[in-house]
Amino acid sequence: MSKTAAPAKLHITLKVNGEEMEVSFAPYKTLLEVLREDLGLTGTKHGCELGECGACAVLVDGAPLLSCLTLAIECAGRAIETIEGLANGPELHPLQEAFADLGGSQCGYCTPGAIMTAKALLDHEPEPSQQRIKEAMAGNLCRCTGYQQIVESVERAAGCCRERVKA
Amino acid sequence: MSAKRKLEVVGKSRRRVDARAKVTGQARFADDLSMPRMLHCKLLRSPHPHAIIESLDAEKARAYPGVHLVLTGKDFPVPFGIMPVAQDEYPLAPERVRYVGDPVAAVVARDEKTAEEALKLIAVTYTPLPTIASPQEGLEQPETRIHEYGEQGNIHRNQSYEFGDVEAALAASDHVFEDVFFYEGNNHMAMEQQASLAYIEGDGKLTLASSTQNPHYLHRQMSRALQMSASQIRVIACQNGGGFGGKCDPAGHEIVVSKAALMLGRPVKICLTRQEVFYQHRGRHPILMKFRTGVSRDGKLTAVHLQTLLDGGAYGSHGPASTFYSGVLTPVTYELPRFKFDACRVFTNKPACGPKRGHGTPQPRFGQEVQLDKIAAKLGLDPAEMRLNMVTQANSLTANWLKIGSNGLAECIRQVVERSGWRDKYGKLPEGRGIGIACSTYMSGAGVSIYWNKLPHSGVQLLLDRSGQVTVMCGATEVGQGSDDVLASIVAEVLGIDTAEVRCVTGDTGLTPVDLGSYSSRVTVMMGNAAMEAAGRVQELIAAAVAEQLDTLPDQVVMSQGRVFAADNPSHGMSFVEAVVLAESKFGTLSTVGSYSPPKQPGKFKGSGVGPSPAYSFSACVVETEVDHATGVVHIHKIWVAHDIGRAINAVHARGQVIGGVYMGLSEALMEEQAFRRLPEKLSNALVHRIPSMLEYKTLTSLDMPEVDVIPVEDPDPNCPFGAKEAGQGPLLPVMPAVANAIWDAVGVRIDEVPITPDKILRALVLKREGKTPRVGPESFPAVPYPEAVFVLPPNEGGDGNESKNTSRTIAQTRKEVTAS
Repeated sequence: MSKTAAPAKLHITLKVNGEEMEVSFAPYKTLLEVLREDLGLTGTKHGCELGECGACAVLVDGAPLLSCLTLAIECAGRAIETIEGLANGPELHPLQEAFADLGGSQCGYCTPGAIMTAKALLDHEPEPSQQRIKEAMAGNLCRCTGYQQIVESVERAAGCCRERVKA
Repeated sequence: MSAKRKLEVVGKSRRRVDARAKVTGQARFADDLSMPRMLHCKLLRSPHPHAIIESLDAEKARAYPGVHLVLTGKDFPVPFGIMPVAQDEYPLAPERVRYVGDPVAAVVARDEKTAEEALKLIAVTYTPLPTIASPQEGLEQPETRIHEYGEQGNIHRNQSYEFGDVEAALAASDHVFEDVFFYEGNNHMAMEQQASLAYIEGDGKLTLASSTQNPHYLHRQMSRALQMSASQIRVIACQNGGGFGGKCDPAGHEIVVSKAALMLGRPVKICLTRQEVFYQHRGRHPILMKFRTGVSRDGKLTAVHLQTLLDGGAYGSHGPASTFYSGVLTPVTYELPRFKFDACRVFTNKPACGPKRGHGTPQPRFGQEVQLDKIAAKLGLDPAEMRLNMVTQANSLTANWLKIGSNGLAECIRQVVERSGWRDKYGKLPEGRGIGIACSTYMSGAGVSIYWNKLPHSGVQLLLDRSGQVTVMCGATEVGQGSDDVLASIVAEVLGIDTAEVRCVTGDTGLTPVDLGSYSSRVTVMMGNAAMEAAGRVQELIAAAVAEQLDTLPDQVVMSQGRVFAADNPSHGMSFVEAVVLAESKFGTLSTVGSYSPPKQPGKFKGSGVGPSPAYSFSACVVETEVDHATGVVHIHKIWVAHDIGRAINAVHARGQVIGGVYMGLSEALMEEQAFRRLPEKLSNALVHRIPSMLEYKTLTSLDMPEVDVIPVEDPDPNCPFGAKEAGQGPLLPVMPAVANAIWDAVGVRIDEVPITPDKILRALVLKREGKTPRVGPESFPAVPYPEAVFVLPPNEGGDGNESKNTSRTIAQTRKEVTAS
């Protein structure tokens, strides 16, 4: 049965969290699948694989992107950022600190996608209003927190980032 | 016993022990696990809502390259189910399918894609059977039966309980109110789709790592369905990406991958798609309810006769318990001298319903609290005052023999009234704006286990060594609620150390003492009490060893902030690590255990096991809203919620539990529904899920969520660790009725049905303009063949908690005579 032959794999280099990573994968695979299955970066989650929930959000060239709707091959040569690359060594990113301290994360499943989406917001708008935060996070579904402590976490992280820039 | 001191850990806002793993992406959920030689499993599901499987040919699938195994119903001869009285499910349906989505075969292959391709090669021939779409249809069509067992026809459970002569009380009441309500079913929609990985360890034993809230019950059912000794099976509950009750039932796919791993000797993983999660379901039961409520002129309840009709879906699941919960907690919030409760659960050809946050109680709470609002309006009473005037008391018994311990409901009502500015707003806001109030209660753990036994509900083991390392082991399961943090906090508090010094090993039947699981809001109280006992015992050992060294008495030894010292001379002491070394030198290896069983409950009649709890939490909620006359859209301005938590273990996370509950309640109130439709005749007439996707199953987003003002009411309960009661489920319950009551205050229409969608509000507004009754909701309650009631005298009428058979007959006789005369 010819149609059952495994399709030829692609062999490319992806730039993930600043590192060049060589990886082989079937051409139909999404960025989500390649990150999780071929690169072992399981920090990025999935809740629907249809672009509905935001759990799989990563940054590509600085913009939040649903990795379940993006073919990995489209990301060759682009800068991919995932939750694994956010902390600076042992030092957590202010968003991670704030989510941990203010209850922005309960079960933790939507957390990586929510934090990466928030990072894109703060990178582009260091002083977002509460309404802007709610708009930016509206595509990241969360069933635990009721969003209030997520919004509070992003607000605190924004303040910390600004102070860090001043210092 | 060492010397008392102020609390240092409990009650503070702290980073929870698992927070770092979650914000760095290091937390390992079931689908994050991967093993060498791992294979992948996919399920073939029925396209028919009800059919006989005439034949199943899997030969082509078996021959497909990359396929290692195909399993069918024949491979699983033994049925399972979480409740001993409802073991009616097979991992793969052997002869008959009962809903669209019922699994019939499984393919195990080198990857998911190959497995999916092979599924298409399995040929199944079905003979469709008549389908039942609703409990009403189920009552009308006793044949064809969906299951051979049950009460009669398609009735799964049918019961009636009467506590005091309710008809007599209603007849003697100044007013009797009769209302019918409907609450649509909905899904948990936990963000994580269920996943499971089964593998054989080096010692030949089977291990299943899974998204499960109840590893212990799963362990038992795996032993049953696989016909293996439980000692040869280890169940690991992974980090759960939310549960809300959806991961309580042992699931067919967990048993399927286990069997495949046993047969192949290789790891086998499955991850459900989101669509499959809607089929697995076990969500909120759709319930039709009728309340007949007697009230005195001054607004006190005299009696309630509650009738419920539950749409159970295709399988038993937790149904027998759900049926009880559709009524038993009704008398816990307000003084209610007499109570009658009829309940009936009917099988339908839809995914099985089960426990969702609040398990069976949000539906009747909605009906009761909306009806109270109507009663207050009719009697010209302030709805908040009326409620405050009839709250139950601490240390009291309800008419149905539930023992209430601490009770902060009155304070909850006072707090939300004060904070919301209720007195200046109720009935006084401009047209289109309104405010509503509702209250509720919930159990802090079910008083009786799901299967009958006399064993502890929770066990905790502590292990300390000379490094100062403290390891705490418990079968309790982290579903996101923070159970690991509660466990670490309690141990840390007792031992005077920081939570960062405690290592938690939880939810692993191969390593941890049994805990029944994360359901019924039981973890803080039951695991917490077991942890208190284990930690107290180790504290005694340390205090004894240190007292000897410091030449003082053990009860003068203080353990605080990582130090151990004499109460009268704090500088005279040592580090915690040094104290542990002393204790290990004196007593040998340091390990203690603790266990917890709930107190015996006063009800003794058959069926009294559902409803009792070591403690009840209470909540009051005020919602302020605006209703758009043109569109029917409801905009919620703000929600105030006061929750009697006893004591918060971790303040920031207790607040998070409350807001999360309010969110889920509001989302249910306004939009969530697990609804079905029939395909047109030419397309098989099948009963299909209308919306098995996250895009179409609407939930609130960050943009829709209003501000929630959380007011913790801390009235420590003596049955609870440091007085802490539950917070995970209770605060959801008052939200739906408070929304409905606020809409009434805003625009003068009653929506007696959840969800309260804009189309329903518009319909009610039209009725109002036409001068008709401005109400949208169910019109009638069907004639359900409830059995004769089990009659139990309430405590204040001289009852002893047993069924009083003669009294029942005497009363029925008296009634007949009265009617005849």
